[in-house]
Amino acid sequence: MIRLEDVRFAYETARPVLDGIDFTLSAGDKVALNGPNGAGKTTLLHLMVGLVTPQAGRVIAFGRPRRAEKDFVEVRARAGLLFQDADDQLFCPTVAEDVAFGPLNQGKTKAEARVIVHQTLSELGLEGLEHRVTHKLSGGQRRLVSLAAVLAMRPEALLLDEPTNALDDATRARLLDILAGLPLAMVIVSHDRDVLDRLANREVRLEAGRLT
Amino acid sequence: MSRTGILDAARPLAESSVVGRLDPRTRVLLAVLFALTVVMADNLASLTLALMAAVILAVLARLSPRQTLRRLLALEGFMLVVLALLPFTVPGRILAEPLGFAASAEGLAQAAAIALRANAVAVAVMALVGSMEVVSLGCALGRLGAPERLIHLFLFTIRYIEVLEREYDRLRLAMRARAFRPGCGPHCWRSVGYLFGMLMVRSLERAERIDAAMRCRGFTGHFPSLDDAGSERPGMLDWGFGAASCAALLLVAA
Repeated sequence: MIRLEDVRFAYETARPVLDGIDFTLSAGDKVALNGPNGAGKTTLLHLMVGLVTPQAGRVIAFGRPRRAEKDFVEVRARAGLLFQDADDQLFCPTVAEDVAFGPLNQGKTKAEARVIVHQTLSELGLEGLEHRVTHKLSGGQRRLVSLAAVLAMRPEALLLDEPTNALDDATRARLLDILAGLPLAMVIVSHDRDVLDRLANREVRLEAGRLT
Repeated sequence: MSRTGILDAARPLAESSVVGRLDPRTRVLLAVLFALTVVMADNLASLTLALMAAVILAVLARLSPRQTLRRLLALEGFMLVVLALLPFTVPGRILAEPLGFAASAEGLAQAAAIALRANAVAVAVMALVGSMEVVSLGCALGRLGAPERLIHLFLFTIRYIEVLEREYDRLRLAMRARAFRPGCGPHCWRSVGYLFGMLMVRSLERAERIDAAMRCRGFTGHFPSLDDAGSERPGMLDWGFGAASCAALLLVAA
């Protein structure tokens, strides 16, 4: 689905974060991506959906090489990225509007979007939150709603950036159950051993700019 | 959230009150009309009437008296200096000469008019607009034809002001945890400078992350809206309340 070929990226030229990365995500893959803090795991996820552009190498997503911003619009819909901080992701006033944001951008009508919102929220057991104001949700609710917002675009792959970070045990277990039940390809960045054991079927390690 | 945040005013006070059941647009329009009328009225009798009307509105909106008074006190403190000085600076018929300074009747009347006017508008705005969810205020303004960009700016501000406040609190706490006490001197000024600089940097970074998150969900510069509440018409209550209020305002203006 997504292939990176000899990708290099540096915030400062002297210290490359990613120094010749080859990586393939295929359908059914659930890849655990780990590595020390600051190794570039988040950067790698952002590269896959074109939020940062590699200085060298190619990103091939869903069968086509992707270079410019407009190439990635489609990629982002098909590979949903869940951000580390849910506050960054939920920017609409209400939960319903936030979950509908993606589908509406994909050209769905309001009525269709409303159906999707309803469906996605009830799949995640969040029916009651539809009309809540996003900034008044608890941390756990925020995380689940931002997952709903990503899933509402009906992606084929999920890129999860520390999904269980700062969650209490109950919410964490709930999120894990939800993620374990999804048939999507996944890349999971996490330091949480449990999460990786439960969700991943393959593991790669990013260290000193290289994948092993 | 138990602490008093910036968004306290955003909390809906009593949605079941008469004012609470009004369409947000009706409330915004009434507040604007009220403010305009009160600013134009200049005799003390009509201003007193306006203040009474505002208090009635506050009662109808079921504002908490304590909170309202506390907010008014903040306003009063702000105006105190001006009000206290007016009698002594406006020329006119001298009423009294405490400590050798002449206080004029005209100045006193002006001070009273300003006090009445400010309080009437403040109470009315608190009753009509302050008691509603800020998000519905934003939507109401949008549906009343305010520019879309302005509304988005407004809604984003509401959404993130609390996030920024939390960030500020965290930074302040970190400073206090290392025994920082605001004082006077280069060390304090520099540290406060760092605090606000850091807040700016973090806000900028957050803005970039939000932009990234929006692009991840297919944002290309246009805001779709799920809200088609615009189709619902103002109800009987809105018309009735509007008519009654307009009559009252005419009384004030007359």
